[in-house]
Amino acid sequence: MIELKNINKSFDGKQVLFDVSAQFEKGKCSFVIGASGGGKSVLMKTMVGLLVPESGNINFDGRDFLNIAYEEKKIIRQEIGMLFQGGALFDSLSVEDNIAFPMRMFTNWSKDEVIERVNFCLKRVNLENVNQLFPSNISGGMKKRVGIARAIALNPKYLFCDEPNSGLDPITSRLIDELIAEITQEFNITTVINSHDMKSVFDMSDQVTFVYKGKAWWEGDKSQIRTSDCKELVDFIKASEF
Amino acid sequence: MKYLNTFGEYLLFLKLSIGRPEKFKMFRELFVRDLYKMGNDSFGIVSIISIFIGAVAAIQIGYQLVGSLVPMYVLGRIVRDSNILEFSPTVTALVMAGKIGGNIASEIGTMKVSEQIDALEIMGVNSAKHVVLPKLAASVIAIPALVIYSMFLSNLGGIISVNFSGIVSVSGYIQGLLMDFDGFSITYALTKAFTFSFLITTISAVHGYKTEGGALEVGWASTRAVVQSCIAIIFFDFILTQIMLYK
Repeated sequence: MIELKNINKSFDGKQVLFDVSAQFEKGKCSFVIGASGGGKSVLMKTMVGLLVPESGNINFDGRDFLNIAYEEKKIIRQEIGMLFQGGALFDSLSVEDNIAFPMRMFTNWSKDEVIERVNFCLKRVNLENVNQLFPSNISGGMKKRVGIARAIALNPKYLFCDEPNSGLDPITSRLIDELIAEITQEFNITTVINSHDMKSVFDMSDQVTFVYKGKAWWEGDKSQIRTSDCKELVDFIKASEF
Repeated sequence: MKYLNTFGEYLLFLKLSIGRPEKFKMFRELFVRDLYKMGNDSFGIVSIISIFIGAVAAIQIGYQLVGSLVPMYVLGRIVRDSNILEFSPTVTALVMAGKIGGNIASEIGTMKVSEQIDALEIMGVNSAKHVVLPKLAASVIAIPALVIYSMFLSNLGGIISVNFSGIVSVSGYIQGLLMDFDGFSITYALTKAFTFSFLITTISAVHGYKTEGGALEVGWASTRAVVQSCIAIIFFDFILTQIMLYK
């Protein structure tokens, strides 16, 4: 479980996150939704340690993530997998080397073990025979799938997905959604997804946090969204034309 | 104040990027790739520039010696010392600032704006060390090696030049070339080459690493990296010359 308590973050004196508190449970797909510029991405970057908040606490299964030494933080980070909006695959490495990267960096597995795990991860995201291709040679949907394969390479406990459907056609979007939901269940991962895509939210979310003007404005599950009387959330749902 | 702040950021970046590699095997792979890219891919441009610099230096210095009381065979010695002490290390470094420096800044800058640096950090990798250290190690080998190569070629350029222009006989020129050689000039040139390669790599890397935005900002970072590397080279050229040649 990931717990956020009273997170505050500002840039050059302008506050972006205000006392954000939330919990994301294990084995569930938790969505963070909200308008662009509302603070979703800043919140996710703060959760994974790319940004440091001015105040507040972040706990990963009871382990404080903020007030620990760099080496201890590295251990928690190795338990995190992240799917970036653009894939963030390493341009200079092939698909195989991209997925193998965390294994080569943090394990002493033999070459055969690494390749076996790479092929397992690729198969898990329904990709085969793409090992030697480079990121510039594959489509956006394939990049996302390779990104997921890299994120699950070391059996992460926590998976963060930043706009996993952006720039994808509806069919590929659904495939990526299904894949994330299946992996979350299969490996019992705590998954946090930033998204605008309300179809994804209604299809696969277990828990939803609506971020508005830098605050955790509303929390609930997908069944409560339609009956909510939170005006800002209702406006957001209506605007998404779903 | 702004310059002090920038210098402080540069020092902090050095602290972050220099140290023992996290995984030596990965470091070795990147180091070999960068060494090949920096060294092998620069032979052509360094060859052309060195031969022509030596050739032009021989003609220009020869032109100034004509009619003077200085014997013409001294031309070889003057051109040799000019090449070894100044032209080869400084001009090679300036060319490398454009070629390698621009490449480092744009490569790291692109990694930054496409979130590849973030991906490394989230995995628990010290991204600055992982990306910069192999490039730094490769450049402090590749650039001094290219400077030594340039020393030979620029002196060869001088020989070719006097052969065609007839300012002095080739045998006379070579006599001057071999005259009163002081090994310290090589030490001095290589000290400059090591310093310049360190400056080019670290200045370019810090500009790439600080890039935020998109393709436009990557271009600016690359330009700033080249300009500031060139200024640093010229500045340290003066400082090292003052320190080493006037002890």
